[in-house]
Amino acid sequence: MTDLNTQQRVIKIIAEQLGTEENETTPDKSIADDLGADSLDSVELVMALEEEFGIEVPDDDAAKLSTVQAVIDYVNNQLNNKK
Amino acid sequence: MSTRRVVITGLGMLTPLATNVANTWQKILAGESGIRTIDTFSTEDITSKFAGLVPEFSIDHLISIKDQKKVDDFIKYGLAAANEAILDSGIEVTDENRNRIGVAIGSGIGGIPMIETNADTLMKKGVRRISPFFIPGTIINMVSGYVSIQYGLQGPNISIVTACTTGSHNLGYAARTIAYGDADVMLAGGSEKASSRLGLGGFAAMRALSTRNDDPKAASRPWDKDRDGFVFADGAGVLVLEEYEHAVKRGAKIYAELVGFGMSADAHHMTSNDPTGASAARCMTNALQDAKVTADAVQYINAHATSTSVGDPPEVRAIKLSFGEQAYKMAVSSTKSMTGHLLGAAGAIEAIFTVLALRDQVSPPTINLDHPDLEAGCDLNFVPHTAQEMKIEYAMSNSFGFGGTNGSLLFKKL
Repeated sequence: MTDLNTQQRVIKIIAEQLGTEENETTPDKSIADDLGADSLDSVELVMALEEEFGIEVPDDDAAKLSTVQAVIDYVNNQLNNKK
Repeated sequence: MSTRRVVITGLGMLTPLATNVANTWQKILAGESGIRTIDTFSTEDITSKFAGLVPEFSIDHLISIKDQKKVDDFIKYGLAAANEAILDSGIEVTDENRNRIGVAIGSGIGGIPMIETNADTLMKKGVRRISPFFIPGTIINMVSGYVSIQYGLQGPNISIVTACTTGSHNLGYAARTIAYGDADVMLAGGSEKASSRLGLGGFAAMRALSTRNDDPKAASRPWDKDRDGFVFADGAGVLVLEEYEHAVKRGAKIYAELVGFGMSADAHHMTSNDPTGASAARCMTNALQDAKVTADAVQYINAHATSTSVGDPPEVRAIKLSFGEQAYKMAVSSTKSMTGHLLGAAGAIEAIFTVLALRDQVSPPTINLDHPDLEAGCDLNFVPHTAQEMKIEYAMSNSFGFGGTNGSLLFKKL
């Protein structure tokens, strides 16, 4: 699985969960400020990421996922650690 | 008592018959049934396979699809009915008046479908997969909360929960909130969407539901000898209650005045009515006394009458106890024969039918009443099959709920 593929999958999930357009859900965007997620939206987003990638995101880690890029990096890291 | 009078200036509803007031009322007067076989979930192992389901509608113009996913249907139903009511009233919410406009919309059951799906998730996937929106999306007062957020209403915000009396109690409480001076306008009523395997299955387990699966439209037949239980239904009703002078000052259209509210408890049984009807009678008499009118002033009662052998006769007894001879001179009908039983929304939609009966001077019919159960004392003018045009100055709406909780509202034509 390539990193680019992971990036597309992450963006797709974020867009689905937050009701944003995929082409506007770019890596530089802030999950809360730019994409409008409140605290409950963020919890649900993390749950969707866990389901999609078969990973577990502890609450302390989840709190650091403030941008789309941060999510992509985190998921990539988790997937690499699993290998 | 206070001199602040309370009038109705806006109506909104979703029912099994239609998704607005005008079309529902037209079908009610035509004696149409809104009951049909359930196709939204499996009823294979449930004894009752039909219900009053709300036709398809959209609130995409009110809230985003993303936000719609966060709340259970009874909240969306309440929002849709509130939106119709507030538009109908013509009230403009401003920074000057928003503190004086409140909400009192309840639900009998609340978010049972979302409770069901999250319990299923818990069992199958564990506690970490419970939705963060499960609690806020199912709690009953979120319907009042959501409506207040949508329109910026910062007055009193409450949801009274009294099973099938929910709608009536919220209306009565809202009227008193205005009369007491805590608000000038209240959006009040009830909302229900309990049709799901858990919700329907629960009522079926009580053996409370009709099982006339081969003829759903004939299943809701209050006071009829062949009734065999109530018909489960979804929907919502919201009324805009407004202080009289406030309504006159802004040139509002006034449907009727809410002149009386009565309550009582059976203190008898969890689910069965007091068979003597004494407590229900006291409830109706309390509403008459609240309005300072005598029984002979009332020409129409929209009865609770759910089409059960345990519930229908005691209400008739109660009407006779409270109204005496007048019971035989007035019209008493059950619109549940057409809508089914909307549980926590029943009192609200039936208050709307009562208000419209006053406006149009017509008593809506009781359909399916082919053979009145005379042996059980069901011998009043139940307006069988066809609506009756008549002079109506005062009209009452009754609701009785599990727990033995009773509510009666009295409306007057202005």
